[in-house]
Amino acid sequence: MKLWASREDEQLSANGLLRDDSKFAAGKIAFFQYVGVAVFLFLLTGFWDLQVRNPAVYQERAMENSIKSIPVLAPRGKILDRDGRVIVDNHSSFSLYLSRENLKMEHLRPIAEGLDLDYDSLVARVRRFQTRRAPQYEPIPIKEELTPAELAFVESHNDANTFPELEVIHVQHRLYPRDGLAAHVIGYVGEISEAELNTPEFANFHQGDVIGKDGIERQYNDLLMGVDGQRRVEVDSFGNERRILDDKEAIPGKNLQLTIDLDLQAVAELTMENRRGAVVALDPRNGEVLAMVSRPAFDPNLFAGRIRSKDWKELLDNPDHPLLNRAIQAQLAPGSTFKPIMALAGLETGAIDDNFRVNCGGGASFYGRYFKCWGKHGTVDVHAGLVHSCDTFFYNVGNRLGIDRIAEYAEMVGYGHKTGIDLPHEAEGVVPSSRWKIRNFREKWYPGETISVAIGQGATTVTPLQMAEAIGGMSVGGHWYQPHLVKEAVKMIPVRSAQLNPENLRQVINGMYGVVNEAGGTGGRARLPGIEVCGKTGTAQLASNVVLKGTSFGATHKDNAWFVGFAPRDNPEIVVAALFESGEHGQLAAPIVRDVLKAYFDKKARLAQPQPQIASLPPQILKMPPVVPAAGENQANP
Amino acid sequence: MPAYRSLRDYDWLMLILAFAVCALGVLQIFSATHETPFADAWWKQVIWIGAGCVAMWIATLIDYHTLLGQVPIFYGLSVATLIATYAVGTTAFGSRRWIGTASYHLQVSEFVKLVIILLVARYLTELKTEQLELNDLLKLTGLVGLPMVMVMIQPDLGTALTFLPILAVGVFLAGFRWQYAVVVLLAVAVIAPLSYYFVLKDYQRQRVVSFLDPSQDPKGSGYQVIQSKIAVGSGALWGRGVTKGTQTQGRFLPVPHKDFIFSAFAEEHGFVGVIVALGLYFLLLMQVVQNAQTAPDRAGMYLCMGVAALLLFHVLVNVGMVVGRMPVTGIPLPFMSSGGSNIVAMFLMLGLVNNVRLRRFVN
Repeated sequence: MKLWASREDEQLSANGLLRDDSKFAAGKIAFFQYVGVAVFLFLLTGFWDLQVRNPAVYQERAMENSIKSIPVLAPRGKILDRDGRVIVDNHSSFSLYLSRENLKMEHLRPIAEGLDLDYDSLVARVRRFQTRRAPQYEPIPIKEELTPAELAFVESHNDANTFPELEVIHVQHRLYPRDGLAAHVIGYVGEISEAELNTPEFANFHQGDVIGKDGIERQYNDLLMGVDGQRRVEVDSFGNERRILDDKEAIPGKNLQLTIDLDLQAVAELTMENRRGAVVALDPRNGEVLAMVSRPAFDPNLFAGRIRSKDWKELLDNPDHPLLNRAIQAQLAPGSTFKPIMALAGLETGAIDDNFRVNCGGGASFYGRYFKCWGKHGTVDVHAGLVHSCDTFFYNVGNRLGIDRIAEYAEMVGYGHKTGIDLPHEAEGVVPSSRWKIRNFREKWYPGETISVAIGQGATTVTPLQMAEAIGGMSVGGHWYQPHLVKEAVKMIPVRSAQLNPENLRQVINGMYGVVNEAGGTGGRARLPGIEVCGKTGTAQLASNVVLKGTSFGATHKDNAWFVGFAPRDNPEIVVAALFESGEHGQLAAPIVRDVLKAYFDKKARLAQPQPQIASLPPQILKMPPVVPAAGENQANP
Repeated sequence: MPAYRSLRDYDWLMLILAFAVCALGVLQIFSATHETPFADAWWKQVIWIGAGCVAMWIATLIDYHTLLGQVPIFYGLSVATLIATYAVGTTAFGSRRWIGTASYHLQVSEFVKLVIILLVARYLTELKTEQLELNDLLKLTGLVGLPMVMVMIQPDLGTALTFLPILAVGVFLAGFRWQYAVVVLLAVAVIAPLSYYFVLKDYQRQRVVSFLDPSQDPKGSGYQVIQSKIAVGSGALWGRGVTKGTQTQGRFLPVPHKDFIFSAFAEEHGFVGVIVALGLYFLLLMQVVQNAQTAPDRAGMYLCMGVAALLLFHVLVNVGMVVGRMPVTGIPLPFMSSGGSNIVAMFLMLGLVNNVRLRRFVN
């Protein structure tokens, strides 16, 4: 070592390098030490600022960086028919969300372009979420039912450096039956609206929630909806999930079993194909709704994602109002279907008796005005009056009863107030009375007005459901049960019972039996071999046919046809009311009821036989065969 | 005089302080990389520390006067290597700083620092006058400036800047007329803005801008500063615990085992950990300075103070960057940042200090 270095040492020594005067800089070294102290204090204050004075700010931002919350959407409960067959199912799809933790407004334009979304409405949507009460961690749904191409776009752009806000979530979407089967009963789901958010009913909901908007979906929304879960994950700067912080499982919505019989519903839908109107089938013994049809219908699947404004406008602008549930919302004059109630009221109050006869010469005069009958029936008693639907007879019954006793009985059978069925937006109809007139028109009731009410015209309006309930309750001896779609919804006791003379009821029911089964009865087309069908036709005028004949108004405003029927005569099991709008005559509504009744009893007979069960088809592949109209059905022959 | 050069005479306090810092570094490297492809970095670091110790021991064997005598050779070799680096060096992270072999990279400029320390020490020791004359000052500045410019064009501004404190402290200790200081300050005041527009590259200008206002470009160069501050701040008083810092573990921090290791450390160990680590650095610095004070001659004193100046500058710039008080320059934190060149070069410097210490009773 020394050897190797000696020469240099000597050289350096000769240059005076090794002189021991290192102390000359002692003061400056001390100064350097102070500088060192200053530097370290300077650095420490930096840490003091960040770590001791405002750590919360940075902890918050570290959280924003690394924590992402992903909603776990609860699938809605399925909707089943009375036999447990699925009516409404869910299917898997992918929805695109924008997570708001790392949302950049300037990213919206390329995102909108990449996914073919309207930029302005996207921005408006994001702004709406930012001002609403939705919490910061709740992401914004922007597109449903992603196609594979859209999914690929998202997958390739949702890294930390491009659009980290893009978030694909697996969701269960509603899958409704095709062709609008039971569309009005089921209703549809949709994103909660601004207006709904402001109502107390939806106080606990958030922007972007999907709720039932109508029908069963709305009525039993709380049950069907379930509770969304939420997963909070820690992510790295590349958006990879590092670990799950907490995982709140979604609680799926409960399945809901309806009283609807899919077989019956399908038949009822078929009978109404290409017609406007409604069909309601009830079990009069307990109020269970076996079928409920309103036509024209809409496709609820349009609403399953987010409905396009074009589709929505089309539905709203359609003159046939396909969104209207005619079964509970159409309020129309019952026409002659009101006559059994008149007959019952007359017999019960003693206004008429079995011996009461009226001579029908094609009409009668009351209070200085002539009221026409639709035919000339000769001498008519209660039975014949019902069978032939003689107006003259019931003008007299009405005149003897007076409006308020008519109203009393109409309300007894359920007219004039909501049935209370478990569907939203039910209409209540009108039962005119002297009190009703004072209240609504500030005028006294004129006895002349009673005459048209007696044949179900005038101010009287009912819904198809009310009619089925009314006649059904009479058919089982004066016990009216609450119509309902979900079995557990009501107690099995009648909501109203009347102390009626069984003889009087029998008289009326026999009349209705005659309507279908006696020669000259108006409802012959409802006849079914081997089954004692009872019923009543009704032809409800919108305006006098005489006035309208030949005018353009007459062509578009034909009379509405009604038929209400039940079977069997003793111990009835089913009551069906059919409304065939612009059907011109009640006779033409009768086959609708007949077909539904036939389907009911055919199925009953089939189940009674020890046969192997036919595997039930899921509703989405339930293909309806075209209707073949029965011969002669379209010939108007009152 | 082998007795004086026995291991017992090493500055063990200084070494213990350095090893303590190294230990914190290894722990932090492990924590920052255990879930990444660099998971073996802590183990490599341990090996490098061992290699550093050997290098340090070798550096104490040769009398520092001998080393000073070889400065022209070292200097020529450095310049030649820097040219070679520029010609054939591998490009990593966008600049040529390493000379590559199969799997190890040697950051040449780290070792050039050592040569600069030796150069300044020798030059100032050879002065006959009590104060630096202007021509001496210019000559020395030129000698330091040549490799500095070469490192700068690699481009590695950070490392190039580390040559300056060695020069500055040396000149300060040697003594100079205050008028020179005024002239230098004026020159800097004129050259700095000019070089900002004409010398600095775009990304370097960006770094300056983002240092002055990190929020201006939160996803670009300001991103690193912002993420680092978030990491440090979220550590709060006690830290989030080893391997628990979300900024570090989630890789929001850029290179949390290298340049931003102290940010990761601050996140996971909190203000308390920071006080401990900075305390260790401070004591280490003071121990080096103490060796300067007890050096047997001017040459030894200059050597130790060069090391001290370099150490202080590194800590100031790196840790200052972590809390947003210094621009992002990309210079490593001594003894902590993962990387062989840094560790070996730093231990070689401790070797120089020990070299001086072992010979303090000569003559």
